[in-house]
Amino acid sequence: MRKLKHAFVIGATALALALSQNVVAQDKSIIVASTTSTVDSGLFGHLLPLFKAKTGIDVRVVSQGTGQALDTGRRGDADVVFVHARSQEEKFVADGFGVKRSAVMYNDFVLIGPKSDPAKVKGSKDITAALVKIRNAGAPFISRGDKSGTHAAELNLWKIAGVDIAKDKGPWYRDIGQGMGAALNTASASNAYVLADRGTWLSFKNRGDLIISVEGDKRLFNQYGVMLVNPAKHAHVKKDLGQSFIDWLISPAGQKAIADYKVGGEQLFFPNATVPGA
Amino acid sequence: MNMPASVCIFSEELTYAVTNAIKFRGVEIVFLSAFWMLITGDPALYRIIGLSLYVSLTATLIAALVGLPLGALLALKEFRGRIAAVVFVNALMGMPPVVVGLAVFLLLSRSGPLGSLGILFTPRAMIIAQAILITPIIAALARQTLADLWVQYRDELAAMNVSTAGSVATLLWDGRFSLLTALLAGFGRACAEVGAVIVVGGNIDGFTRTMTTAIALETSKGDLPLAIGLGAVLLVIVIAINAIAWAIRRTGERLAGAA
Repeated sequence: MRKLKHAFVIGATALALALSQNVVAQDKSIIVASTTSTVDSGLFGHLLPLFKAKTGIDVRVVSQGTGQALDTGRRGDADVVFVHARSQEEKFVADGFGVKRSAVMYNDFVLIGPKSDPAKVKGSKDITAALVKIRNAGAPFISRGDKSGTHAAELNLWKIAGVDIAKDKGPWYRDIGQGMGAALNTASASNAYVLADRGTWLSFKNRGDLIISVEGDKRLFNQYGVMLVNPAKHAHVKKDLGQSFIDWLISPAGQKAIADYKVGGEQLFFPNATVPGA
Repeated sequence: MNMPASVCIFSEELTYAVTNAIKFRGVEIVFLSAFWMLITGDPALYRIIGLSLYVSLTATLIAALVGLPLGALLALKEFRGRIAAVVFVNALMGMPPVVVGLAVFLLLSRSGPLGSLGILFTPRAMIIAQAILITPIIAALARQTLADLWVQYRDELAAMNVSTAGSVATLLWDGRFSLLTALLAGFGRACAEVGAVIVVGGNIDGFTRTMTTAIALETSKGDLPLAIGLGAVLLVIVIAINAIAWAIRRTGERLAGAA
């Protein structure tokens, strides 16, 4: 009985020690809230070792949809936010949560669909006409439904196409509320259409019968931006470390590293930090 | 606040993973690739396995320190509302990990009450979430085991005028071998869950990525063979730990001369 009490006391002490230590230890790391597309496509896996080798800074990436990543920044749970939805990013900065938005790179969205092509849109370069055809044919369509950048882009395209998706959606329109990879898996399992960023699509392995149905429309352009979370709102933000990550991303070295990342010989992201107005 | 998209309906993703993997020809090759990483000592894989074990074992230890005495108290202490308390603890066994994760997330967020600790998206946050998740499991199973034991001990301990704390200690010590099952159930739940750790840990590569969150990530990347292979590796590890625990129990029982 006494043994048990001893065990209890020793265990509790050890635990208290384990939980209290290294709260003080200041490591050289930052948290970056970014999107599923940058992580699932493998871009960060390529960039971060290069950045760490140069600066010794550990970048810890939490991958979320754009809307959620911005929320993480608003709550102060990240030092840097790296996302793709320009109007939301500008609002984030205007509201004082971010210091300044810098353009980093772009890629494009593609409409993915089954080989059998029930809506007859394959090979088209007109994304809005293709969406209208999908709606008219009632062909299965997977929507991210998670307030991500891709979801925002999809809703915007429906709007441009003149379709009021909130009113027009039927059983063919499936809102899954998950990340890009999950949406592609769902489309692959149910032979549905889905809007995806090209990077995630190129590195996605479970394609089944899916192919690119529509690409090359200017309206499918997908710009990424990066922002430091405002230290004036959240005093604990690691301002200097976060800023050095941003500075590196938009420096010639960082921009080259982005351009160098290829999957199957194909470049996934195109650096454009120096393009005015991007 | 939005719930992280990646945590929603994870079981659905797993179902896809399983059905799709079965469609793959040569599923055996799939398993081999993950086991090959295990055998060749892929450092990333070992870090993931190490973190899974560290987080879940620490959480089990904390949950045991709270849950075992709590279970013993519920078994032997007569008080008003005991049945309600027992029902409540039993019900908490069914708590969805994602809900626990979300609650801990809101607590530890920089904008939450414990935000100044700055431990969101760290292994420590994951330990806290898992400990909260499995404490009711350990308490409820311990109570069940010890209630049976208490029937045999009650009169004797009462006659010897042993205090409540003494009775709790006696029950826990004499029931220690049977209580191992409660601990294993708690540990099993901890290392199998993904909902809580992915919310509070953030699935950060090389820092908070566990077996289950790695499986979720590989599934979302469409690398279903690797996801299934990692699942098989996780299963093997859990079986090994259960086997070790069982061996300890048998040896202990023999040494203690108990039945």
